[in-house]
Amino acid sequence: MNSVDPTIFLILLQDGIVNGAIYALLALSLVLVFAVTRVVLIPQGEFVAYGALTYATLGAGRVPGSVFLLCALGIAACGYGFWAERRTLDLSATLRLLGETILLPAAVLVLTLWLAPQRAGIAVEAFLALLIVAPMAPYLYRIAFQPMAEASVLVLLIAAVGVHLAMVGLGLVFFGPEGSRGDAFSGATYTLGALTVPGQALWIVGATLLIMAALALFFGLTLRGKALRATAVNRLGARLVGIPTAQSGRLAFALAGCIGALSGVLIAPLTTVYYDSGFLIGLKGFVAAIVGGLVSYPAALVAALAVGIGESFSSFYASAFKEVIVFGAIVPVLLARSLLAAPEAEEE
Amino acid sequence: MTDVVLEVEELSATYRGVVAVEGLTLNVPAGRIVTVIGPNGAGKTTLLNAVMGVLPARGVVRFRGEAIGRLDVEARVRRGISLVPETRELFATLGVEDNLRLGFWRHRGAGAAAMRRALDEVYALFPRLRERRSQAAGTLSGGERQMLAMGRALMARPSLLMLDEPSLGLAPLIVRDIFRAIAALRDTGVAILLVEQNARAALQVAEYGYVLETGRIALQGASAMLAADPRVIETYLGVG
Repeated sequence: MNSVDPTIFLILLQDGIVNGAIYALLALSLVLVFAVTRVVLIPQGEFVAYGALTYATLGAGRVPGSVFLLCALGIAACGYGFWAERRTLDLSATLRLLGETILLPAAVLVLTLWLAPQRAGIAVEAFLALLIVAPMAPYLYRIAFQPMAEASVLVLLIAAVGVHLAMVGLGLVFFGPEGSRGDAFSGATYTLGALTVPGQALWIVGATLLIMAALALFFGLTLRGKALRATAVNRLGARLVGIPTAQSGRLAFALAGCIGALSGVLIAPLTTVYYDSGFLIGLKGFVAAIVGGLVSYPAALVAALAVGIGESFSSFYASAFKEVIVFGAIVPVLLARSLLAAPEAEEE
Repeated sequence: MTDVVLEVEELSATYRGVVAVEGLTLNVPAGRIVTVIGPNGAGKTTLLNAVMGVLPARGVVRFRGEAIGRLDVEARVRRGISLVPETRELFATLGVEDNLRLGFWRHRGAGAAAMRRALDEVYALFPRLRERRSQAAGTLSGGERQMLAMGRALMARPSLLMLDEPSLGLAPLIVRDIFRAIAALRDTGVAILLVEQNARAALQVAEYGYVLETGRIALQGASAMLAADPRVIETYLGVG
């Protein structure tokens, strides 16, 4: 290979880090969801696409169809919640269920119908997109995964693929086949030597670091964060001290939904997102998560950066093979993992 | 003044498709230790898991007069039942003190001072845990794990504590400490249902005992009486 132009090298590196930051966020949420619920969250990419497209639709002054999906999912989750907890439901639990599944989406719907036509500004629209997309995740957990929380990893995976396919199809209905871009948070660009850094890139990296710090504080310092870790480490132990594992699952999904939707809003200004773009983005986060065996956060973070940088360089040197190179890299990793690790019996 | 904390009537439960407990009836009064002894596979662990709600069961389970058979595990913990399982089920990657704090989950609204008091009580009972407070639970020795599992259960301040084989795999000196702690707990008013293979130690500490054989109660009576029963001596205590 010829010597690399240092400017090009820096540009590619910058691109790689920005992409890697997004993959890191997704990998983090995949590891979290898997640890707590044993669900491989295939639909994570759809939260990204929904987040991006909802944000772009709001930016165009229209009401995104996803807000109606949110309401429908809320109602379904409410119905299931009442049925599943019919024996143990007391007044406070009923009010909590109604607030979570009926009141919240209703409020978001009213807010959207009111704010969408009047172009309330980028910050409001970004926040609204989050409010519309993120709560879908815990509703989906209630509807699709909670009823079979004790099923095997494989069954849960199949359910996750089903949710993914349904969401992609509904995405086509709501957002149409053409892609969109959202408005950038910051139009500014900064010059760093030979390098031009767009403000949006700084937003992405900054938001990633902020979310990681917030998650670290949540898991390290709060009792609820520790309860989530406890559920991940030992589900039976968690039940025996009275931590409701279904609630832990919903919380993990809610965090994943927030992270996915936020990732979508962040990348919307940088790239054109289509209704089915999410899968490929989510899959790259998944590759990073797999490197850490779906359990290690630090390994997933490092791998996510490597995936982002690897993708950026391979798209420059061999753009036709970009995805092949990124996904091909997973083969030796899986080989090494299966050769090095002692065979683990799946929990029953 | 012996009000009954736990009443089990005609309880039947299966474990992995096999009927492990059948038509079992037993009571645990407040402030008493009731032990269930019996050989491996007699259904002792299944009994505790069924009372806790970990395994489904038929029959009646009443806790302080309330039928709890349809409640899930979390709701039973909230009522005041704690189980220390044979397998301990600690949070291995979390610290000792974090394990204990999570045991306080039922009372998490009670505030930091109340949690501190509960922690101090557990540390007073098991000073070893205070020394190891910041160590990961997975690095503890067998005896310390048992202390932590009991401590975590006590953080919930249960009215009924169920212990499954607390002496299993522990050195005799530590077994003595554990049983001393069990007796001390009883004196604070906690009702204790103790499942043990170590029949000698169990009958010494308990007031009342049941002998479980192949899922049914073969014998029951005051501990002193059971300890003197020729059948129990022959099968469970050995000659001595």
